[in-house]
Amino acid sequence: MKTLIRNARLVDPQSGQDESGAIAIADGLIVGAGARAPADFTAERTIDAEGCVVVPGLVDLCARLGEPGHEHEGMLESELAAAVAGGVTSVVCPPDTDPVLDEPGLVEMLKFRAQSLDLARVFPLGALTRGLAGEAITEMAELSEAGCVGFAQADVAVRDTLVLHRALQYAATFGYTVWLRPNDAWLGQGVAAKGPLATRMGLSGVPVLAETIALATIFELVRDTGARVHLSRLSSAAGVELVRQAKAEGLPVTCDASIHQLHLIDVDMGYFDAATRLVPPLRQQRDRDAIRAALADATIDALVSDHTPVAEDAKHLPFAEAEPGATGLELLLGLALKWGDAARLGLAQTLAAVTTRPAALLLRSRQGDGAVPGGLAPGAPADLCVFAADRFWNVEPARLVSRSRHTPFAGHELRGCVRWTFVAGRVAYEAGDADRA
Amino acid sequence: MFVARRNPQLNRNDELIHLLSIEGLPASIVLHILDTAGTFLSVNDRDVKKVPLLRGKSVFNLFFENSTRTRTTFEIAAKRLSADVINLDIARSSTAKGESLLDTIANLSAMHADMFVVRHSQSGAPYLIARHCAPHVHVVNAGDGRHSHPTQGLLDMYTIRHYKKDFTQLVVAIVGDIVHSRVARSDIHALTTLGVPEIRAVGPKTLVPGDLKEMGVRVCHDMSEGIRGADVVIMLRLQNERMNGAMLPSAGEFFKTFGLTAEKLALAKPDAIVMHPGPINRGVEIDSSVADGSQSVILPQVTYGIAVRMAVMSIIAGNTA
Repeated sequence: MKTLIRNARLVDPQSGQDESGAIAIADGLIVGAGARAPADFTAERTIDAEGCVVVPGLVDLCARLGEPGHEHEGMLESELAAAVAGGVTSVVCPPDTDPVLDEPGLVEMLKFRAQSLDLARVFPLGALTRGLAGEAITEMAELSEAGCVGFAQADVAVRDTLVLHRALQYAATFGYTVWLRPNDAWLGQGVAAKGPLATRMGLSGVPVLAETIALATIFELVRDTGARVHLSRLSSAAGVELVRQAKAEGLPVTCDASIHQLHLIDVDMGYFDAATRLVPPLRQQRDRDAIRAALADATIDALVSDHTPVAEDAKHLPFAEAEPGATGLELLLGLALKWGDAARLGLAQTLAAVTTRPAALLLRSRQGDGAVPGGLAPGAPADLCVFAADRFWNVEPARLVSRSRHTPFAGHELRGCVRWTFVAGRVAYEAGDADRA
Repeated sequence: MFVARRNPQLNRNDELIHLLSIEGLPASIVLHILDTAGTFLSVNDRDVKKVPLLRGKSVFNLFFENSTRTRTTFEIAAKRLSADVINLDIARSSTAKGESLLDTIANLSAMHADMFVVRHSQSGAPYLIARHCAPHVHVVNAGDGRHSHPTQGLLDMYTIRHYKKDFTQLVVAIVGDIVHSRVARSDIHALTTLGVPEIRAVGPKTLVPGDLKEMGVRVCHDMSEGIRGADVVIMLRLQNERMNGAMLPSAGEFFKTFGLTAEKLALAKPDAIVMHPGPINRGVEIDSSVADGSQSVILPQVTYGIAVRMAVMSIIAGNTA
């Protein structure tokens, strides 16, 4: 299928190029864009993208898709549909599924089911330890062959430092990336960020120490083992500072932060609003400021949706008992733009945090296996997000494609409506007339 | 752009429709409750201890966490207001069968409840119930997790006002396990609202977090410093499960360092009163000679508690969402 998208504004965060023109797609690849569009291109489908911006498809480094575990509800389909509705073309999913992704067969099945749905690309993370129990390491080479792009503990910290040390040694043997959320198993048990507000509300607090102690441990282990570590969902200013120092030192570490930590603080818990029951918990203003600044200067490599489907009833509980998590795949673009606008960043710089930077990270994790989307250069996979940049919309949970409707951003106004999402040159999402009106 | 969140316990006219927390209540409402409680105190002395203010209304006591004393005082208060009182021991009934909190609430609402008195082990649970119950139903928080126990806070204020008259010159020391105490939080909010100039939170660092400063209290980790010159000493109950662990090494050591003895009480003002929300642990947080001594007002607190709960129920029942 040869497709031509014309009359568009093409923004390539990789090259920083921002130009008007057309982009030509053939055989799943970009064959030319803007001034470099081939003159003799005959399209089978031409899309007029007037008023729209074309960027590489978004790469979300943390989204839970409910599989294995929720096959009977068709959750993989609904959540991948939500991904492409949000302009997300590549999704990295953590291994805290049911059962845990610790066997090659489970990974192969997930990859197969995702491929047959033909929506977004799915890159699973395998479990670092069997059952995420933090005791025995998994068959990483086998899991890698089955399609895992790295190994993670999701939100279950490894309590035993000896096991974590060995897991990093073993992963480093093969050059695998280990994804860890820095959180001390003991100090990190609360349901809100430790601070005056949690004290006032009578909620158990997670101190910043839970993050900084875990980071200090991880960095020592990285120095010793040489393992490459990706740090998931930083939450504190002190944590950001430690990562900055580690990167300056040259340690092979990268990190991400979620849309929640980028935009919200503990005050947003309001009167025990269970939609703000999140992991990690929302911290204070200065933490949010540090995360916003670090995402802008690329100390934080990527912005993630931390998409976590939560059943309707699971939030209708007292705050501490409510299931943590929120829907996010459809909000990632709008919340990235909201941050970029507030920080007065250009579109290319803003969107690098959800396109080229996470894509580069993913490419490193996959050890050069195949092309990874993330640019608009000829030869790149035609994974594209085409969105109306000047259209605003209100987050109405009932209108989301995701099966999970809980989000603390309900009622917020966001910029940027996705019109088309291309995955490997194919239209994976096209906005309905109602969405375009 | 953020969704505005109104204080859920007030209606559009800023009248009290639920009592969920003392935090955020204007002093005028707090004082109105105390004044109203004063008028009910005499009802308790009559031969026929009833007024018809809640006649025909159904008050459901929903205790998701065990309590005898608080539930009983709420029951007495509701009955003296002529309400029909239904006690549900939820801990042993529907939730044990797997029914969700909100399903329980929906079912009881269908039985035409007018008021829920709720105790729950989780902070914030009464907010969830207030958000999801029918608009005519009123919710009274009878204690939620570590967060709030507003009627206890109000009865403490009634007691302090009874003995000390004026709040604006007082030094009040709250001693013990403050981090886990909903009573301490309610007292602190009430005392700051009523203009008490010095509130001290006294206890070891494991039980008295520094964050409390933000609530308007002075944090003291030394008992003598905390109690010196106090007009009011509020002792908190030390939960059994906190006595031997990482929070405290033993009940004995706690009593030695932060327990209230006659000797330590001598550091407070000579006319200082000693309060305790009960039930007391003799020899753990308070010595028997103090608990039973002339400065103790622990039993009057219980009496005032009924009048305060009558006041709260009659006031919120008179306001509509």
